[in-house]
Amino acid sequence: MDLYEYQAKDLFAAHGVPVLPGDVATNPADAKAIAAKFGQAVVVKAQVKTGGRGKAGGVKLASTPEETEEKATAILGLDIKGHIVHRVLVTPASDIAEEYYFSFLLDRANRTFLAMASVEGGMDIEEVAATKPEALAKIHIDAIKGVDVAKATEIADAANFPAEVKDQVVDTIVKLWETFVSEDATLVEVNPLVRDPQGKIVALDGKVTLDENADFRHPAHAELVDKAAENPLEAKAKEKGLNYVKLDGEVGIIGNGAGLVMSTLDVVAYAGEQYGVKPANFLDIGGGASAEVMANGLDVILGDEAVRSVFVNVFGGITACDAVANGIVKALEILGDSATKPLVVRLDGNNVEEGRAILAEANHPLVTVVDTMDNAAAKAAELAAAGV
Amino acid sequence: MAIFLNENSKVIVQGMTGAEGTKHTKRMLASGTNIVGGVNPRKAGEKVDFDGTVLPVFGTVKEAMEATGANVTVIFVPPAFSKAAVVEAIDAEIELAVVITEGIPVHDTAYFWAHAVATGHKTRIIGPNCPGIISPGKSNAGIIPANIAGAGKIGLVSKSGTLTYQMMHELRDFGFSTAIGIGGDPIIGTTHIDALEAFEADEETVAIVMIGEIGGDAEERAAAYIKENVTKPVVGYVAGFTAPEGKTMGHAGAIVSGSAGTAQAKKEALEAAGVKVGKTPSETADLMREIMKAL
Repeated sequence: MDLYEYQAKDLFAAHGVPVLPGDVATNPADAKAIAAKFGQAVVVKAQVKTGGRGKAGGVKLASTPEETEEKATAILGLDIKGHIVHRVLVTPASDIAEEYYFSFLLDRANRTFLAMASVEGGMDIEEVAATKPEALAKIHIDAIKGVDVAKATEIADAANFPAEVKDQVVDTIVKLWETFVSEDATLVEVNPLVRDPQGKIVALDGKVTLDENADFRHPAHAELVDKAAENPLEAKAKEKGLNYVKLDGEVGIIGNGAGLVMSTLDVVAYAGEQYGVKPANFLDIGGGASAEVMANGLDVILGDEAVRSVFVNVFGGITACDAVANGIVKALEILGDSATKPLVVRLDGNNVEEGRAILAEANHPLVTVVDTMDNAAAKAAELAAAGV
Repeated sequence: MAIFLNENSKVIVQGMTGAEGTKHTKRMLASGTNIVGGVNPRKAGEKVDFDGTVLPVFGTVKEAMEATGANVTVIFVPPAFSKAAVVEAIDAEIELAVVITEGIPVHDTAYFWAHAVATGHKTRIIGPNCPGIISPGKSNAGIIPANIAGAGKIGLVSKSGTLTYQMMHELRDFGFSTAIGIGGDPIIGTTHIDALEAFEADEETVAIVMIGEIGGDAEERAAAYIKENVTKPVVGYVAGFTAPEGKTMGHAGAIVSGSAGTAQAKKEALEAAGVKVGKTPSETADLMREIMKAL
């Protein structure tokens, strides 16, 4: 789960990382009031979970409360790379002497964590990495030993932080590591980390990604979920424990196993090219595929108004195909009249003959059974095109 | 031969008495796996009857190994306890630990991997969040259904469980030396490269299917490895061509971020290494079928 900047900074502050004060507003009047409280020039920053806010007009300086209200009016509602701005962070404007970059992240290739640091911060770090790789220090972290003062010093030295701020930077690095570990983050990024004219180090921006697999030991993280911004279908699926991602096509997809479902999306996309249709979603019902899980899955997909046909693609491994077929039949019973879109079903694997026989016997008017994944994808695409 | 797992493997199950552990211990036994016991500190000394096969429960992996000569452990313990279970297996210096558990925090996986490295890699780790490994007709450590395909000469390595099953099904007329699901998490123990290296060295394996998916650069690194080190024919498949950027597709590791981790980049890297890449699982199986017929 990605956090908003203000949430990331709250976590930073809780772990002793220096940040500026700030408050969040969801309307211009509140933004004005926050600026009045600070009694100085402020920065109004769009809170969206994507980069490039500045270029998109999502970060603006305001010298008075009235100007803050104007800027907030302009920023709230902006569409930044498909993310609508619903709240702004109002924070005191600070003078910047120097901008640096710092992050902790997962290093998949080396199966450990990585610290990245640069004294050339403020800009797109991918650009620094590409054009001036020597300016970006990359230091591997031993997951058991972690980052103590000695390790943080090694990182700060590798990135050539100036001597006058080194102690502060080392201290900040240690605290960012504490944030990274104790919150089960997979990314903690500060860009820019700044030195102000008084020589003080401050995390001016913050980006944090939390590992949802670790939610069981962080009950407080549930409060960080922005329920209002979630797609309603995704929220509904999550409530039912389904692994669902909404996409923008017309063919609903249900399958078992993440890899098979990803593969199904591809096959449907290829088949849909000639009809101008695409997959409407990713939905993995997992290894089980009981009647209830199948019904929940179909319910979510049929709730998507864009869906014109549904492709159920199941390989019977641990769960036999007859159980899956019974699940589909019962799911259609449970859904009754609310099931209105054609279903293309492809079953293969364990007890496939029994499974196909169950569907043949049920002879449901909405269900078409097709024997291979490629042919079933073609049929589902054809039906979606016919139903558009 | 086969890789990592064979007819001489003696298998224990950590979490054998839990719901998943019980279900899959039965299935592994039914497929001929030599399971010699289980581990659960709270049930040490008890015996459990699996449809007529009575297995002892030990308090620790070390005790189980001393009593039975076990050299493989399959781990089904819940995510909150997985780190301790894997660390225990590593400390007991068991040869192979297959971690089936889904949903282990990545900091925990990074920790037990670092522990394996620090103690000299005495234990091979497969997974986590994987279906395990099967050498058909010899042994089955994990949850891969044993009845999909029999023994043969194809080696299969895949990030995804159901795509492993699908590919085994498509090529069941040829059969497999070993099929291994390495898991879809961002940090995993055994990689594509480890499996490719072992298949290259395995006399029984004549050709290799490699299945990847979006996220990370493991496939690109595997491609570079194949180019330099693999002489046997390799056929590839990558899932997730149409996955949008920034959305996690089921597996914690399956995410395209920026230009990194796309299926297209992986396909191109594999093709540049001489690997034939199928557009769909069926087409990939057809590519392998042609190779097997020509051999």
